[in-house]
Amino acid sequence: MTEPTASRVNFVDLDRVSLRYGEDADGTLALQGTTLGVQSGEFVAVVGPSGCGKSTLMKVVTGLWPPTAGTVLVSGREVSGPLSIVGMAFQNPTLLPWRTTLDNVMLPLEIVQPHCSRLRRERAAYEAKARDLLTLVGLKGFEDRFPWQLSGGMQQRASLCRALIHDPSLLMLDEPFASLDMFTREELWLALQELWLARHPTVILVTHDLREAVFLADRVLVMSSRPGRIIAEREVDVPRPRTLDVTYEPYSVALVHELREQISVARTSVN
Amino acid sequence: MTVSEAVSHPPAKRRKPLMRRKTQRRVLPWVVTILLFIVWELTVRVFDIEPFLLPSPSAIFASGWQWRWPILDNAWQTFMTTTVGFFIAVVIGLLAGIAVGSSTLVYDGFYPALIGFNTIPKVAVIPILVIWFGVGTVPAIITAFLLSFFPILVNVATGIATVEPELRDVLRALGATRWQVIKKVGLPRSMPYFFASLKVAITVAFVGSIVAETVASNKGIGNLMLVASSRFEVPLAFAGLLVTSVMGIGMYLVAEIVERRMTGWATRGSDGALGIPG
Repeated sequence: MTEPTASRVNFVDLDRVSLRYGEDADGTLALQGTTLGVQSGEFVAVVGPSGCGKSTLMKVVTGLWPPTAGTVLVSGREVSGPLSIVGMAFQNPTLLPWRTTLDNVMLPLEIVQPHCSRLRRERAAYEAKARDLLTLVGLKGFEDRFPWQLSGGMQQRASLCRALIHDPSLLMLDEPFASLDMFTREELWLALQELWLARHPTVILVTHDLREAVFLADRVLVMSSRPGRIIAEREVDVPRPRTLDVTYEPYSVALVHELREQISVARTSVN
Repeated sequence: MTVSEAVSHPPAKRRKPLMRRKTQRRVLPWVVTILLFIVWELTVRVFDIEPFLLPSPSAIFASGWQWRWPILDNAWQTFMTTTVGFFIAVVIGLLAGIAVGSSTLVYDGFYPALIGFNTIPKVAVIPILVIWFGVGTVPAIITAFLLSFFPILVNVATGIATVEPELRDVLRALGATRWQVIKKVGLPRSMPYFFASLKVAITVAFVGSIVAETVASNKGIGNLMLVASSRFEVPLAFAGLLVTSVMGIGMYLVAEIVERRMTGWATRGSDGALGIPG
């Protein structure tokens, strides 16, 4: 990687971050000397072979796991615990089955300040906001259904809304579309693009779908197999809004192909 | 229904057995119970069994009617001690369950002691309770409590301890405190376990209070049965058993209805797949 991360002010900055699960030396080394920077409002996708520590990267950035070595800066401050400016969505929608879709989406508001103390007084306004978000992802009319009454794709849409309800400046997506069929996945790419264009949060998307990475991201980072490091980086120079057809145009296809090659290298290289 | 009918009206074909099944489920417990009594009655009459060995249902009902006021009086005592003990068990079981389920420290420290405690036969404790509190209502309440709080504790603790890590991460990533995670995820998630345990707890609470009444009380169904059998009034003793069963079923149903109301999401609206065993 040629980019001198230190000289630029990034929204997310990882400097030689390592993480070892378990305390002794024979614990699993998930990340080793990972350095990366994400600018404010940028959409970055991280791709890599399975088990390369992509999800660990998410945990380190959000402060769920402290790194073993190195520093993690978000918005100029070192991360020492969970950050409320982060919205997260996982591979499983992880909606709470005893709450309606609307109540699920509003869950972060019950925890994150300043919304938490305002929620009771301004409930109507917050509810309207949640409904707007749900409408934006095409879930209008399903607000009062329970998650188990929705399809997998719909649940994932609701999960995205939940990640965005408290206006996070950083959106962390951990393979959010991995368990969906391809058509639903593509629909959700469009929904996510729309959400991003409307609000411009900084996004880090972890995925193993290269087409997804190329369609959604400004920049794609390739991780090596465990212990994970960033071994390559490609800008995606396609104007937005992008259409699904773009992913079949030569530029995108070549990019996907190139990334595919990088991952093959990453897989075969023995660490 | 003929074949042609079934083919031309497939929805009707599906709906009819479903409705029939519903009424079936409502009626079946009564049918089985009545059949049981009939078989019992016939067995007693055909083999000419002595009433002090096994009284016939008719003799039991007759005796029950004859002694209805003392039975009601004693049943009320049993019902009261059982429910008081049960409600104490609900409160303490719920609180202890939250503590044990949400903290590995509490879990590691207390669980062996709790298991050891639960292994003690509660009948053996009753004489000690009598020394402490005297004969009567208090030992019965405490025995009902001792028997019924453990299943509640274990179930609530299990519900909270087995929250999916991802579900917890969703909240933790937002900066939720431990207590917020328990309140928003752990507790609601453990509610199906909690209500399931209530059904077990209420029935064992009856066992506790009646055993205590038999050993150390001068009131209650347990005492009534003890007195009745010592006088060879075996039909009366059996009437006491019947009344106890009816109370048990009644409380079980109450627990079941509350469960359905509170945790319909857990059964996914499958129209009570668990059913009510009469």
